[in-house]
Amino acid sequence: MTAGIGAALEPITRVRGVRGAMIVSAAEGIVVAESVMEGVDAQAVAALAAGLAARLRRATDAAGRGAPVFIHLEAEAGAIVAVPAERDLLVVAVTQADVNIGLVRLELRRAADRLA
Amino acid sequence: MRVIEPWVAEPLHRFLSESSARLALLMTASGQVVAQHGFTRALDVMTASALGAAIVASTEELARQMGAGPFRALSHQGRAQGLFLSAFTVPRARWIVLVVYDSDSSLGLVQLFFDQLVRELQAAAPEGEAPRDVLAADFESDLNASLRSLFGR
Repeated sequence: MTAGIGAALEPITRVRGVRGAMIVSAAEGIVVAESVMEGVDAQAVAALAAGLAARLRRATDAAGRGAPVFIHLEAEAGAIVAVPAERDLLVVAVTQADVNIGLVRLELRRAADRLA
Repeated sequence: MRVIEPWVAEPLHRFLSESSARLALLMTASGQVVAQHGFTRALDVMTASALGAAIVASTEELARQMGAGPFRALSHQGRAQGLFLSAFTVPRARWIVLVVYDSDSSLGLVQLFFDQLVRELQAAAPEGEAPRDVLAADFESDLNASLRSLFGR
């Protein structure tokens, strides 16, 4: 089960410019599976990304737009992107600035579908 | 937030702010309260500190009997709230933190900022003598004194 879940991350980490990917328990903010490069604190990213996703969910709910389907937080040196999956999971990727974000989004979506 | 040891205030305030925890209780391994946030009744603090210290003592003994290292933390996820309980060492003593969080936070966030809290408390702890051992006969009066300080009555 865990190996299967972890395998869902491989296509994401193969995208050039992705520094790590993880599957996170959205309610608990803890790592379920991860594949990250050195320098990426998976536990911290998982906790903070899950917290961010929960707050964004409230914002989109309040705006009457339903649940977020894609979260893209752009920073100076890269981005954090996340896609909610079934079973209260969140697929998260940490990228460099020069990544093909469309491709990352596609792979995150596919990974989320695999987890369904 | 109410504290008995003033140097605890800043790290604990930061932890509460970052983790969005609802309740927090910092106590010694024997259950004497060092700081609290979110409790409104002394009785609740007294109960939570006694139970928290007892749970840590029980799980540490269980770990010892199993030949395992001490458990790092204990967490319980309820439907609407979660509880996080962990013991750690500051230079002068062994302390316990009990945290209750709701949907504004998560176990991951509490764990993440708990690690930071421990580092900050270890750095902020004043040099000095180790606190005296608490005798059973003194425990109630010490606890009552702590509660009076925390609740101002």
